[in-house]
Formats: sequence, C-alpha cells, structure tokens
Amino acid sequence: MSDTHAQTVPFVRDTMLPAAEPPIREAGAVRWLRENLFSGPVNTVLTILGVLVVWFLVSHFWDWFAHSVWNAGSLSECRQIIAERWGEGARGACWAVIRERWNQYTYGFYPSELYWRPTMAFGLLFLALAPVLFSEAPGIRRIVLGTTTVLTLGLMVALGAPAAWLVFAAVVLIGGLVISERQVSLLLVFSILYPLMGVWFLWGGSAWGPIMVLVGPVLGWIAWRVLHPVSSLVAIIAALVIPLLWWIGYAGEAARDAEGILSLSIPAVASDRFGGFLLSITIGIAGIALSLPLGIVLALARRSDMFLVKSLAVIFIEFIRGVPLIALLFVASLLLNYFLPPGTNFDIILRVIIMVTLFSAAYMAEVIRGGLAALPKGQYEAADALGLDYWKAQRLIVLPQALKISIPGIVSTFIGMFKDTTLVTFVGLYDPLKSMSDAVRASTSWKGIYWEPYIFVGFIFFLICFGMSRYSMYLERRLARDHR
Amino acid sequence: MKTSVFLGTVAAATLMAGAGMADTLADVKARGELNCGVNTGLVGFAAPDANGNWTGFDVDICKAVAAAVLGDPSKVKYVPTTGQTRFTALSSGEVDILARNSTWTFSRDTDLKLDFVGVNYYDGQGFMVRKDLGVTSAKELDGATICIQTGTTTELNLADYFKANNMAYQPVNIDSNAEGEQQYMAGACDAYTTDASGLAATRAAFADPENHIILPEIISKEPLGPAVRHGDSNWGDVARWTLYALIAAEEYGITSKNIEELSKSSQNPEVQRLLGVTDDLGAMIGLDKDWAKRAILASGNYGEIFAANIGEQTPIGLARGLNAQWTQGGLMYAMPFR
Repeated sequence: MSDTHAQTVPFVRDTMLPAAEPPIREAGAVRWLRENLFSGPVNTVLTILGVLVVWFLVSHFWDWFAHSVWNAGSLSECRQIIAERWGEGARGACWAVIRERWNQYTYGFYPSELYWRPTMAFGLLFLALAPVLFSEAPGIRRIVLGTTTVLTLGLMVALGAPAAWLVFAAVVLIGGLVISERQVSLLLVFSILYPLMGVWFLWGGSAWGPIMVLVGPVLGWIAWRVLHPVSSLVAIIAALVIPLLWWIGYAGEAARDAEGILSLSIPAVASDRFGGFLLSITIGIAGIALSLPLGIVLALARRSDMFLVKSLAVIFIEFIRGVPLIALLFVASLLLNYFLPPGTNFDIILRVIIMVTLFSAAYMAEVIRGGLAALPKGQYEAADALGLDYWKAQRLIVLPQALKISIPGIVSTFIGMFKDTTLVTFVGLYDPLKSMSDAVRASTSWKGIYWEPYIFVGFIFFLICFGMSRYSMYLERRLARDHR
Repeated sequence: MKTSVFLGTVAAATLMAGAGMADTLADVKARGELNCGVNTGLVGFAAPDANGNWTGFDVDICKAVAAAVLGDPSKVKYVPTTGQTRFTALSSGEVDILARNSTWTFSRDTDLKLDFVGVNYYDGQGFMVRKDLGVTSAKELDGATICIQTGTTTELNLADYFKANNMAYQPVNIDSNAEGEQQYMAGACDAYTTDASGLAATRAAFADPENHIILPEIISKEPLGPAVRHGDSNWGDVARWTLYALIAAEEYGITSKNIEELSKSSQNPEVQRLLGVTDDLGAMIGLDKDWAKRAILASGNYGEIFAANIGEQTPIGLARGLNAQWTQGGLMYAMPFR
C-alpha cells in the first residue's frame, strides 16, 4: 500500500526526529517547583511565607543546636565549654544532662543491677505482639523479630544480665522466631501468657503469684467442661465465678504455700522505683491492652437491646467522658486510700493503670460504636439470615468490619492515652516529661536547665506515637478489602 | 492550694474516727521502714541523684528520725509528694512524717489536722530583679510585672504586700520553679518572687548571677517544718524531739565527728542527758537510750546538715541568717533536754 502512495505524495518522512529536550521550565526540579510551590499567586505567597517561617526558626535556633555539648558534668561546665569553643556570649544546647541521666529517664529509680529485667520484658513484648500485629506479613514479622532478638540479647549482655537469664531469653526469642516461621498461631499462647510474665519480670518477687493467677482461668475452664453437658448457663456462670473466688480467696495463700515448698523468687522491685519511660510504657501498654477489649464490650453493651445493660453502659461511658483524667487520677491516688480498709496497700501504679484503662475504654467504646453504626444494616441482617447467634454474628461478621472501620479512631485513642500517661506526675509518680525533668533540675549540677529535657522527652514520645500512627496506616492498607 | 485544702478536709473528716487509736511509732517499728513524704525535687531540700538516692536538707530530717526510731538512717522509704498530694498523703497514712518544706500556718495546723513538730528552716518571700532595672528596694516595684507560682502561699503574700503598700503589679502566672526561671530569663517579667532560699538557688544557677540582685525586703514569714498527723501525740513527740536533738547538738558542739568521744568524756550534764549517758530520756518517748546519738550520727547536727546541703560552701550558698542558733542571733532554739 505504501508503494502506491509513494509516488502520489511529494515527501514522506521515514525517520522520526530525535525527541527534543523539554523546555527547561517543564523538566526536573524547575517543573516540580512550578507545579508544587509556585502554581499560582496564592500558592506562591504561601510558599514564600513558609520559607520565611522556616528561615526565622532556623536562624534563631540553629546556633543553639550547632553548639551542642554532650560531655560535661554540670550545667556550669557546659557553659564553660561553650564559652571556650564558640566564644564568650555564645549559647548552646547542653545535652550532657541527657547523657548523664539517660538511665534515669529510661528506667527511673529501678535498681541498676536489674536494668536487664525491664529490657528483657520489653524485648519479649515484641515477641508477644508479633503474632497479633503482623499475623499476615511474614516478611515484616521476620525483620521485627530478628531485630528484637539481636537488640534484646545484645542489650542484656551489655547490662550484665545473669547467664541463666540470657539463655532463657535466647531460647524464648530464637524459639519464637523459629515457631513464627512454622506456625505463627502457636505464638499466641505466648501472647496470652506474656502479661503475667511481664508483670513478674518488672516487679519481681515470687513466680508463684502469677502462676496462681493463671490457675484461675484453668479452674474456670475445667468447671465449664464438667458442667457444660448439664446446663450451658450454669457452666458459663461457674466458669466466671470460680476463677474470681479462687483469686479472691485462695490464690494468695496458695502462692505463699508453694513458695514455701519450692522458692521461685527473683528480687522484688517496689512500684516507687519505677519512673521515666519505663513507667510511661508500662502504663501505656497495660492501658492499651486492657482498654480495647473493655471498649468493645462497652460499645456492644451500649447498642444492646437489654435495658439494664444499655443503661449501665451509657452511664459509665458518659460519666467517664465527662470527668477529666486528672480528677480520676486524684481519686485513684487520694480518695481510694480513705475508702479502702486501713493497712491495705493497693499499689499506686495498679490504681493508675485501672483509672487510665477505664478512661480510655470509654473513649474506645464510642470510637467502636461509630464503627458499628457505620456498618450497613444488611450485614446484621445477613448474619441473622445465616442463623448465627448474637456472639457468632458479632465475632464473625460485625466486629471484623466495624473494627476495621474504626482503626484510625482506635489508634488515635491509643496515642492520646499514651501521651496522657505523663499526667501521672500529679499523683507523685515520676513521668519522664515533668517529674523526672524536675527531679533532674533539682540537683545542684543541673539546676537551670530547661529546654533540653523537654526536647529529648518530646522526641522520644514523637518516635513512639509516630510508630503507632504508621502501623495503623499499614494496617488500614492491609485490611482494605472493599475498594481494591 | 485550694484542691489540697479541700481534699485535706475530706481526709481529715474521714479520719476523725480512727485518729484516737493510731500508734504510728508501733507501726513504723513493725514495718521496719519509715515512710517519709518529701518534695518531688527541690534543690538543696530534697532531690534524687542519678542513682535514685535522695539527698537534701529535708531528707536528712527523715534520716535522723529513721535512725532514732529504727536504728538505721537508710531505712526510709521516700514518698515524693506534690503540692496537691502532700497533706492528704499524710492524713491518709501513706506517709508517717512529712518533711517537705511546708509552711506552718494556722489553718494547716488546725483545719487540716496536721501537727507541725517544729521549724527546720525559717524562710521568707523575697524578690529577684535584673541589676540593670535599677531597683534597689521592693517598694520601688510599683507597676512591675512579677512572675509568681500559682496555688502557693507566695501568691497570697504578694497580693497582701502590694495592697498594704498601695502599689499595683501585673502577675505572670507560672506553674513551676523551672518555668519561672525561664520566664524571668526571657524577660517576661521584671521580678521573680518566691521563697528567699529558692531565689538564692535560682540565682546561683544562672549563667550571669552577678547581673541579678535579690532585694533586701522579705515580705512574709515562711516557717518550714516537718509535720505529722493530728492525734498521735507520742509520734509527734518522737519527731519533735529528734529535730530538737539535732538543733541542741549544734548548740552544745556535738558533731558527727566528736560524738563518740563526747559521749564518753563530756562532763556537761546536758550533753550526757542528750546522748543517754546518764538519764534514760528515750524511754519516755518509747525509744532506747541512744536514740538521739543515732539521730545526730545519721547526717550530723543541725549545723552540719545545713552546711552540707544549702550552706555557704554549696552552690546554693545560703547564709544562716534567722536559722543560726539563738546564741548566734538566730531563731534556732531547742527546748531543754531534761
């Protein structure tokens, strides 16, 4: 065909010209700048303002950061070093305070020879969380667990952990890594046992205490198995009541007796030795782990048709949401002392954890209720049509979808709660932000230091909260099933 | 302070019933540990070091009481208390004694059901200003902006003083000492007011202490002392006379260095009674003969404690002033040991 036309047209180009360079305004960095920063008059003005603000901040604070001192024994020594290096009148940051008080910011007043215990507990926490957080991502899980194993063991060696415990940690962590490669659901057993284990590592004392606590649910389960053929209602009641009776009446004595027969004790550490990030993270993790299930129960209760259940849930949620957290903490630390019988020593950290949990559970309940409400009615009806009972419908159809919708809200609540742990300063506990910094400033060598502790603690909080936020985004992507 | 007054009142009301039966001395002995309420951190008075060991002027009172009662100054559990929690911690029984730079006032002694056992530091509220402000007296502060910690007695004192002198001021409310320093340094206020001991400590920590002066006027009385619960007079006696033993020891020249020698060789009957060489004063308050000796050995006599924590050789550099012995023109006056 082309041949016939070859004679009829005067010229046919048979080679293409090489592509020309795009105009300079339409390529590379210039184009990016034009499109993103100077696309119109408003955008241009905003860009210039933004640059000015950044310049203002940098020009005011850069010299302070640039003149950082990391090695000094006191604030006056810091000032001396700054004056020597950068001339009289120069100002600079004195990070030496963080260097010297690093252990105190991390572990509070925990006995220094036992620093390895919270470290091990923290490392094992990731092993306990891995099957929950990364159940469907073997690659990420491998990286997280591998890093955890190496870091935990390395830190434990550095902190002078006894050889027996090193072996224990190595076996658990490496065993966990191996198991997670084979069958990750097996690790959930460890996740369930971890809370008791963590409490034992942190507070120490006799191992029989946590073991006897564990006996409660086992007894409940046995009762349920035995009574189930008789009546399922009786079985459920027995399964709930028997562990409670055991914990209230016998667990303490049984633990003491067992301790008398076979001593399984590690040195006990009292709650007043806790402080810094150890305290924040302990309260934060416990609050997060407890408030989510409690929040789910409250949300379901609030949507329940049963009048009493619904009213109680509404009263609880509205009361807790209407009261500031500080008021609850004061109640925990001051008023409870008067209502409890004299001589009872109800651990202050436990009291704070309970209050923080109740507080965030109320918010959690509302977040989850939002998720439940957002679910189309058809889903509930479909569950009913399948003949599922209430619990099965919630477990298999409603909650998985509702929780997925609520993920951003849930994680926001977690982040808020974690930051709220700094409020424990008002009940005399050493949170890292205020109490610990004030305690550091109360020593004669560091009196007068102001910004450095705040910036440091704020930075660590940012890292943790940012991590949580990124995880929630990952989870949202992971669970996005509808709009693929 | 309103919160703490309210909570303290609730506390006191709740405790009324049980107060008569309390026997703190027996409780402490049975526990083998003294629960001592201290400040969460105040330079020179109470502060934990990098290893969590508490030191300070108030802390040494705790140590002396523990030494007198339990025979070991290290058997103290320090309970850090905030301005809000301190009095409730005491009345609820969480602490046995509160050595937390608390001002002895009428309402605290009566309405809050505390018993102040004495005064270990006579403080007073003062002002610090920049030298280039050209002010030499608090009377010239009319119209000044003043940094003031909220919820403390200092706030009320300030209002009283300016009213009495018919002057006006602009308060800049701050939450803590550290924040106050920062605001003052940043020029947010012309003057910074708090207890004179705190001003001295703050000024000592400045990069340029020579550019700041503490005005000569002291506008309030702040007698700071340890407190115990109302209604347990025996325990109050133990605390009171332990404090007096420290003060008396300085008066008689008993120090932690020469105490062993004096208890053997001193012919002074007062010293002999105090150190349990002759009379058995300890038995009258439920302790043994050597109680005062142990209390003095814990961290030294009153003068030694003062010098080690806040005295002129320390960075805080406080002069004895009102806190000198009565023989030196001060107010420290221990009742006779007889």
